[in-house]
Amino acid sequence: MLTVTLKLVTIVAERVLQERLLRALKELGARGYTLTEVSGEGSRGVRASEWEGHNVKIETIVSPEVADRIIEHIAEHYFRYYAVIVYAQPVEVVRGDKYV
Amino acid sequence: MLDILLANLLSPIVLAFALGIIARLIRSDLSFPEPLYQALSIYLLLAIGLKGGAELSHTPGAVVLRPALVTLALGMLTPITSYVVLRKIGRMDRINAAAIAAHYGSVSAVTFIAAQTFGQLQGNLAEGFMPALVAMLEVPAIVVALMLVFARSNHHGSWREGLHEVLAGRSVVLLVGGLVIGYLSGTEGLKQVEPFFVSGFKGALTLFLLEMGLVAARRLRDLKKVGTFLVGFGIVMPILHGSLAVVLGHWAGLSVGGSAVLGAMVASASYIAAPAAVRISLPEANPTLYLTASLGITFPFNLALGIPLYFALAQWIGG
Repeated sequence: MLTVTLKLVTIVAERVLQERLLRALKELGARGYTLTEVSGEGSRGVRASEWEGHNVKIETIVSPEVADRIIEHIAEHYFRYYAVIVYAQPVEVVRGDKYV
Repeated sequence: MLDILLANLLSPIVLAFALGIIARLIRSDLSFPEPLYQALSIYLLLAIGLKGGAELSHTPGAVVLRPALVTLALGMLTPITSYVVLRKIGRMDRINAAAIAAHYGSVSAVTFIAAQTFGQLQGNLAEGFMPALVAMLEVPAIVVALMLVFARSNHHGSWREGLHEVLAGRSVVLLVGGLVIGYLSGTEGLKQVEPFFVSGFKGALTLFLLEMGLVAARRLRDLKKVGTFLVGFGIVMPILHGSLAVVLGHWAGLSVGGSAVLGAMVASASYIAAPAAVRISLPEANPTLYLTASLGITFPFNLALGIPLYFALAQWIGG
C-alpha cells in the first residue's frame, strides 16, 4: 500500500492545559488528535495538576508545516510556566490526505 | 472546650483524615484511583447543594438576606486582608500574594461539610440554607484577588479564562446546580433521592477525608520549602477571618451553629476552584506555595482545631 511521510507531534502537558491545547491544535490546522491520561516525572517536581489530575498526552498527525507551527506555539506560550514537553517524529501513514 | 476538642478529634472523619496521613508517612501502597476521588467529590457537592436548595425552598427570603450580604462582604474582604498581610508582613511579591489571597478568600467545601457535621454532633445545628452561602463565598474572592494583579499591570495571563475556570468549574456547577434542583423540587423532591444522597453522605465524606489525608501528607514534605511565615499565616489568618465571620454571622441573625459554620467557611482556604483558576490566570505564581498553605496547613488546622474553636466562640457570643 502506498504510504506518505507526515509528522507525529506528541505533547505531554499538565491537565489544566488540555482544553486550551486542543483548541490551539484545531486553530493551527490539525485535523484530529488522540488523547491519553498519563503520569510521569520531569524537571518540574510540583505541579498544580498533581491535585487536579494526571498529565495528558496529546498526539496528532499533521503536515510538517503544521507541526512546526504547533511546536512554535507551545514553546512561545507554555514553556515558561507550565510543565509541558513537545516533540515531533516522522511517521509513515496510508491515506495521507486524511491528515492535511 | 477540651471535651469539644476531643469529640472532634475522635470523629470518624477526622480519624479517617489522620489515617490518610499515616498511610502516606509509612509509605503504604494505599491510593485512591482518580475516578473514585472525582466521583466522591461530585457526590458530596451535589448532595450539599440538593439539601441546601430544598431548605431554601421553604425559607423566607428575609431570613437569608442578611447572612447572604455578610457572606458576600466577607468574600470580598478576606482576599484583600490576606493580600495585605502577605505583602506587608510576608514581603511576598505581588503575584504570589494574589495567588494565595485567592485561595484564602475562597472556600473549602469539605471544611464547610466537616463543620456542619460537627455541629450536628454537638446539637448545634446550622441553618439548612448554609450551602447557598458556600456558593456565594466561592467566586467573589477569586475575582477580587485576580483583579489585584490585573488592575495594576498589563499581565499576560488571562483573567477571563481564569474566571471561566471558576464559574464553569465543577464545584460551582455542582453546588449551584444542586441548589437549583433542590429549590425547584423542594422537600418532597429531596425525599425521592434521600436514601442515596442523604443516608450515604457521611460514609462518602469519611472516604473522601481519607483521600484528603493522603493528599495533604504529600504536601507536608513541602512545609520546609514554604518557610515559617507561610506556616504561621496558614494558621493565624483562618483564626482571624473565622472569628470575624462568627461575630458578623451572629450579628446577621444566624444561630450558634450557623455562625460557627460560617466562621469555618470563611476561615477555610479553597483547594479545588482557586488552584485551577490561579494556574490559568497567574501561571507564574508558585503552586508549591498556595497548595501547601491551603492543603498542608490550613485544611488540617481547621479540621482538627479550627472548627471546635469557631463553635466555642459562637457559643460564647450567642449562647
